Amino acid sequence: MTDLTRIAAAALMAITVFGASGLRAHAQQPGGIVISQAWTRATPPGAKVAGGFLVIENRGSAPDRLTGGSFAGAGRLEVHEMAMNNGVMQMRELAQGIIIPPGGRVELKPGGLHVMFMDLKQPLAQGSPVKGILLFEKAGAVPVEYQIAPVGARSPGHLHH
Amino acid sequence: MNTLKIIRYSVWAAVALIAALAGAALLLPPKSGGDAGGGAVGGPFVLASHDGASVDSKTLLGRPYAVFFGFTNCPDVCPTTMFEVGEDMKALGAAAQNFRVFFISVDPERDTPELLKSYLSAFDARISGLIVKNEAELQSITKAFKAHYRKVPTSSGYTMDHTAAVYLFDRRGLFWGTLDHQETSETRRAKLKRLLAG
Repeated sequence: MTDLTRIAAAALMAITVFGASGLRAHAQQPGGIVISQAWTRATPPGAKVAGGFLVIENRGSAPDRLTGGSFAGAGRLEVHEMAMNNGVMQMRELAQGIIIPPGGRVELKPGGLHVMFMDLKQPLAQGSPVKGILLFEKAGAVPVEYQIAPVGARSPGHLHH
Repeated sequence: MNTLKIIRYSVWAAVALIAALAGAALLLPPKSGGDAGGGAVGGPFVLASHDGASVDSKTLLGRPYAVFFGFTNCPDVCPTTMFEVGEDMKALGAAAQNFRVFFISVDPERDTPELLKSYLSAFDARISGLIVKNEAELQSITKAFKAHYRKVPTSSGYTMDHTAAVYLFDRRGLFWGTLDHQETSETRRAKLKRLLAG
């Protein structure tokens, strides 16, 4: 990344955060965005990434957008989508984030939409929840606590499906 | 001969040809016993394993094995597949005792032998990492396995697209079929059981 794009990104983030907190003070009722069933998996030693999965509900009256966030113990968080295409696993960064329509519910789950924790400082261990924050255009910073399922788990509660 | 007759004979000739081809396709046995049929998938390889040993596909003759193309910066399909194939081997007990699974990284730039070793320590000990030395070696082996991989830039670096199937080889070293990430454990285990019995 060049210095210029880095500065631009920082400026954009500042605007996003400032704008979001401004909007939050005026328009968004508390509880507009509700997050549940947040989980991730224990990571193998040396793995630098993990996928975060959760359900986002928008109980407000206006659309909102997940733009990014942070995760304790990770350098960065990105919003991604993966898809299996002709037997090939493809993963893409969603630069536009994820829009949650009013009254809508979006599920981030294995094989589809997810938040990606990057530059993990140390492996995630099963059983000890990790805190993070998700940033929304209107709702602002929403705290999230992720349960840590075992390595290879397909869902938060079940080892096998 | 008038034009109509020529057309009529041509049509009958075409019908006969199609019938003959269809008959041949039905009568000829498939080239291998597996689900995905025959074809030259795989082929001989000699690669270093993550623990420094050398793995020659010729020395694997007599025991079925599996190959998976992945990378450690993979949040979902790679750890899940390695975990599940490990569980499958445990469930199959003694039959899978000598089964081997090889993880080949499509991201040799980041996945050093040391990293692969520590990464794979989270999974069943019958899973080993195979090391490709450079891009050319990776291209050559993925071509032999008809596997796809592609580096995709992201805002902070890059990620990899990769074929997610587990390739299965029988005890003669012939391509037998694949395990699919979206299959149930029952389906995977039934396939592995047949492979190991064959």
